[in-house]
Amino acid sequence: MHPVLKTVLQRLGLGLLTLFVVSVVIFASLEMLPGGFAEAILGQGATPETVAAFNHQVGLDRPATVRYVEWIWNILHGDFGYSYAGMGGSIKRSVSELIAPRLYNTFFLAIMTAIVAVPLSLFLGILAALYRNSWYDRIVNTVTLTTIATPEFFIAYLLMFFFAIRHRWFYSLSTVSDSTPFLEHIYRAALPALTLTLVIVAHMMRMTRASLINLLASPYMEMAQLKGVPRREAIIKHALPNAWAPIATVIAFNLAYLVVGVVVVEVVYVYPGIGQLMVDSVSSRDMPVVQACALIFAATYILLNLSADIVSIVTNPRLLHPK
Amino acid sequence: MKSDTQRVKGEALLEIRGLKIEGNSDGVWHPIVKGVDLTLKRGEVLGLIGESGAGKSTIGLAAMGFARPGCRIVDGTIMFDGIDLRAASEAEKRRLWGARIAYVAQSAAAAFNPAHKLIDQTIETAVRDGLRTKDQAIADSVDLYRRLQLPNPERIGDRFPHQVSGGQLQRAMTAMAMSCRPDLIIFDEPTTALDVTTQVEVLAAMRNIVEQFHTAAIYITHDLAVVAQMADRIMVLRHGLEVEEAPTREMLKEPKKDYTKTLWAVRSLAKEESISDDVTLSVRNVDASYSGVVKVLDNVTVRLPRGRTVAVVGESGSGKSTLARAITGLLPPTRGEILFNGKPLSRALKDRDKDTLRRIQMIYQSADTSLNPRQTIRDIIGRPLEFYHGVKGAARDRRVAELLDAIELNESYIDRLPTELSGGQKQRISIARALAAQPDIIICDEVTSALDQIVQEEILTLLMKLQKDTNVSYLFITHDIATVRAISDEIVVMHQGKVVQQGPKTQVLNPPYPAYTELLLSSVPQMDPDWLTNLLAERARAKVKA
Repeated sequence: MHPVLKTVLQRLGLGLLTLFVVSVVIFASLEMLPGGFAEAILGQGATPETVAAFNHQVGLDRPATVRYVEWIWNILHGDFGYSYAGMGGSIKRSVSELIAPRLYNTFFLAIMTAIVAVPLSLFLGILAALYRNSWYDRIVNTVTLTTIATPEFFIAYLLMFFFAIRHRWFYSLSTVSDSTPFLEHIYRAALPALTLTLVIVAHMMRMTRASLINLLASPYMEMAQLKGVPRREAIIKHALPNAWAPIATVIAFNLAYLVVGVVVVEVVYVYPGIGQLMVDSVSSRDMPVVQACALIFAATYILLNLSADIVSIVTNPRLLHPK
Repeated sequence: MKSDTQRVKGEALLEIRGLKIEGNSDGVWHPIVKGVDLTLKRGEVLGLIGESGAGKSTIGLAAMGFARPGCRIVDGTIMFDGIDLRAASEAEKRRLWGARIAYVAQSAAAAFNPAHKLIDQTIETAVRDGLRTKDQAIADSVDLYRRLQLPNPERIGDRFPHQVSGGQLQRAMTAMAMSCRPDLIIFDEPTTALDVTTQVEVLAAMRNIVEQFHTAAIYITHDLAVVAQMADRIMVLRHGLEVEEAPTREMLKEPKKDYTKTLWAVRSLAKEESISDDVTLSVRNVDASYSGVVKVLDNVTVRLPRGRTVAVVGESGSGKSTLARAITGLLPPTRGEILFNGKPLSRALKDRDKDTLRRIQMIYQSADTSLNPRQTIRDIIGRPLEFYHGVKGAARDRRVAELLDAIELNESYIDRLPTELSGGQKQRISIARALAAQPDIIICDEVTSALDQIVQEEILTLLMKLQKDTNVSYLFITHDIATVRAISDEIVVMHQGKVVQQGPKTQVLNPPYPAYTELLLSSVPQMDPDWLTNLLAERARAKVKA
């Protein structure tokens, strides 16, 4: 077996193990939350009797271990269970049904942002390394430092103020639904995507710049110069191929953030993403939904980090072509 | 690149006049090169020789019109074939670099880009400058690889730098420099990082190809014996100034300046060997490995007599440093035993008591990394005094002062930091730290390899004096035969994890030799400018016979 394939399989196996551990941690920590779904939904009318009846109906009166095993067993069969909400009534809503449209929206926004932000930050980073300590470099560094240091909701409100209220180019609220056409979806998600771009470009651009500059002092870069390779070509052809590993790691981290960490931006723009769903479910103690969201988040991190690992293996001839 | 008569030299190719270069450290510019003149004719090889800090690499790069970051050329003219390199724009110089002036760096492993195949790097300049099409350039590179006697010249270009050995990389780099048939090549210590046996092949290949294409070259090295094989003329540099310059044979026969004579000081250092049967450390049939698969030590048996020096000599990868790790307990042997003063030593470090630890001390190659840069000399030397002997306060300081005295520094150094000392002084501090424990044995792992010749001699002399005073035994690990000659009583020759030979110095260094010892000894460059030619001829004859 090729060593790269072997590594990938190993990491995937480890990823599955991690997912399992995460599932235990999620389940256990949610068990420890004070109060339960019954109290949350019954509110003022939560007498001990109604709570017990409710719990019995949902199956919450059984031991935690039993419920965990049942939950994980069902998940292994692709069944994420049913939301507690509506459990008592006639319409049962499955978790997958609840999550699917939200997940679609979240991925839509994440991919849209990534398509803009990743090439942009690579481009800015390479230029900053090329023209190190120039005015361009300083300005880019200052601006990205500012956007990184500003809270994302504040950036969101600023953008909203200028582009939706002052100029009315975009909507201030990004409500979308299943029936929203594709282009309309892009248009409505533009402001949140721009906000997120401003938040994540800084990390990726600075890492690109730093890892390139780190390599500029290496003997093979001096050699490239003494072979008459022009500066720009030297950076792109000789430095960049050796810089992918750290850059890919930071990109993966930021992409993961786009999936799991954008709840604040979603709330500001009232964008129906998975972050909002999870927060709502936590406050209503809708455990099956929370657990499913958490697993998806964990899987996102694991898969993106795996991709970063693959990139660093594939771009490193020492690993790709062993002696 | 041989004797002056064999080579036809053309008109002047490179003329440097009054070159002054400054370097920046901590924001202050100080001179590195203080006015050097140099003329190189077409097809001529000039050797630049001197210690570290002499400015030889800086001059070599300046001959290309290049100054490293943190350096600047402040005065003088650099004329290359009628082009004023100091006045030339970056773009003009870039057109010359690689095409008409090429550079061969010290460490090929670091100077090759790890991300690209050898062939792509070899043909890069020729193809970009439009001198050849890609196919032509590849065919030409294969031809160059063949001329440089690289194995499998058709295929080796498809390998990545990490897939070929150091000696092969250095030859590939010479091919890369040659790919545009430059007028001038700067060789910057190209064989310093190689083992002696590899060095011979690389030197021969480089000399050959420069001769074939009638290329002018500047050959930079600190090794006089190496430069004697390569250069038509030698220029000795010190502190950024020329000491003297002469044709190679003249320079070797009668160097005029005292400084030049001291450059081969270590080579003249020799110790009377003295044999003893009072063994303090005995390594018996020891195997050791890092991963458990490949044996790095294979049935190694070595004995170290009390108050004597045993030199362990071998190439990189021969297992000599691993032997030190096995003795100190850092790498527990998988088989065999180590007897210390007649009693078996615990394999692992953690099982040894304080007194055993005290009795075996170690000095490392790089004092820069083995001394804590944040501790004063007082703490560095004082620590083993407190730890092993419980000496504290004023008594400790007194003892530190005595030790400083023993290593020929004085009390005024006590509050300094390692960074304020020179390389040789730092190595002295390492010696004092080892001595503070009052050990029976000191393992010296390449302790002089990173030092200049003169400093090497001082350190070796100091070590011998200390041995006389304290009767300490040295296990002296080195790859340098001159150092072995200078310090040892007995010699252990190692190769691929095995002991090839152990015996008194005079026995090992004189015939009859085991095959590997002969190869190793015959590969050490001699001061004779015909040494390489004769050696190659002799080896060719031996091959024919076999």
